[in-house]
Amino acid sequence: MATAMKQRPAETDLIQSKENQQQNMVLHVKNLEIFYGEKRAVNGISMDIEKNSVTALIGPSGCGKSTFLRSINRMNDLIPGARAEGEIIYDDLNILSEQINVVALRKEIGMVFQKPNPFPKSIYDNITHALKFAGIRKKSKLDEIVEESLQKAALWEEVKDRLHKSALSLSGGQQQRLCIARTIAMKPTVMLLDEPSSALDPISNAKVEDLIVELKKDYSIIIVTHNMQQASRISDKTAFFLSGDLIEYDITDTIFTNPSVKKTEEYISGRFG
Amino acid sequence: MNTRSKFDSHLKELKDMLMEMARKSENAIKESINALINQDIDKSNEIIQNDTIIDDLEHEINNKAIILIAKESPVARDLRKIIVALKISSEVERIADNAVNIAKSTVHIGKEKHIKEIVDIPIMMNLALEMLSDSLNAFLSEDVELAKTCAKKDDKVDEMYGKLIKELMGYVQKYPDHINQINQLAFVCRYIERIADHSTNIGEHVIYLVTGERYDLNA
Ligand SMILES: Nc1ncnc2c1ncn2[C@@H]1O[C@H](COP(=O)(O)OP(=O)(O)O)[C@@H](O)[C@H]1O
Ligand SMILES: [Mg+2]
Repeated sequence: MATAMKQRPAETDLIQSKENQQQNMVLHVKNLEIFYGEKRAVNGISMDIEKNSVTALIGPSGCGKSTFLRSINRMNDLIPGARAEGEIIYDDLNILSEQINVVALRKEIGMVFQKPNPFPKSIYDNITHALKFAGIRKKSKLDEIVEESLQKAALWEEVKDRLHKSALSLSGGQQQRLCIARTIAMKPTVMLLDEPSSALDPISNAKVEDLIVELKKDYSIIIVTHNMQQASRISDKTAFFLSGDLIEYDITDTIFTNPSVKKTEEYISGRFG
Repeated sequence: MNTRSKFDSHLKELKDMLMEMARKSENAIKESINALINQDIDKSNEIIQNDTIIDDLEHEINNKAIILIAKESPVARDLRKIIVALKISSEVERIADNAVNIAKSTVHIGKEKHIKEIVDIPIMMNLALEMLSDSLNAFLSEDVELAKTCAKKDDKVDEMYGKLIKELMGYVQKYPDHINQINQLAFVCRYIERIADHSTNIGEHVIYLVTGERYDLNA
């Protein structure tokens, strides 16, 4: 063993550790630019997103956080005039490429929005709707997934006795966790959350935050948040955006204790934005 | 545009309170040494009594810091400003305790004639005072280089301390009737040495405040 170690040139170690790093990444964003017509909303950003971790996107309104987030599962396709350049590499594929099957992509990269948007149907149907669409019809299988997703979304105990009641009868916080359960049911790899708890009361917010931290065991999570404390509490890495630029991207603890860029410091300490 | 001018003015107030406390402690140690030299028992008792004023100031600083943390959710440098104010106030409080300790020694020596003129202790004290003043000025102006100068002077204080203790112990046989006085003077040297240590710590806190990194000045 010792000789084998010795024989291996030092450079291979470096390359291997780099490969390891690559393996810990779920997304590689390279020179991503996003336009709405002539207007550029994201100015050529590059960043790697870690697997099984929470990445927070922060920055003042209009800096391009949602635009960036939506590009990751091609939701911007729905906006006329929106287009993206550069690359977002996921599983060796460029998400932005024409050849990507967008429906399949959105199953793997799910999204939860700011305002809970359950369908006006039962709790159960909210979760099974997309599953049925994806061809899962067996009742026992559906039941299993419903329970599992609601468990994971920390909602099961609260709704297990009223699965067939309308989702609209739930509180805002419960509705948001239902939307998260709905995303989980699709067994995604990445979950995109756009200010998921900004419309919630503090208790529901705390539950959603706990849930997000819990979920990173199974998923890679990217969350847009306006709440600095939330970003510092739940994320592992934080990216600070300003006017379409990625200003600083680092370990969250570093960003909130000792950021490198003055603008970041000014923003997180509430001096503008 | 500054959206947190109210918070900034609270941070400024916190700093002002701390400087006020520090000036009072600085004054107390100066007076304690003068009282030692002049064998001024009344002054020493006054120093001992007035320590509560400094303790109260430390309390006020703590309370203000806690409220600011609770209400303002400070981060990064704002947070360091508050944490460092807490840490420095505790160093300053201990510095003032050493003024009290020196005053107590003066009381213990009482009116007994000094075995020799007290010359070296004030010199050592001046060094410690310079360190304190440097570290406080470094805090005021957030000056890392000035904060670092404390370490050099601390080495000198330590050296003087070693020399003085040796000298004092040499007097034990020569003046067996003055053991108490010799002991008290040795204690005073120890108190001054501690004041220098606390000043060095203040310097370290200043470096942390400015850079966000821990720095061991004695390493
Ligand atoms: N659907 C759209 N059509 C045109 N411009 C848009 C659209 N959505 C966002 N923008 C513009 O793109 C920029 C970034 O917006 P957005 O990504 O929503 O920012 P954030 O989420 O950081 O608040 C803004 O200038 C915004 O006006
Ligand atoms: Mg947005």
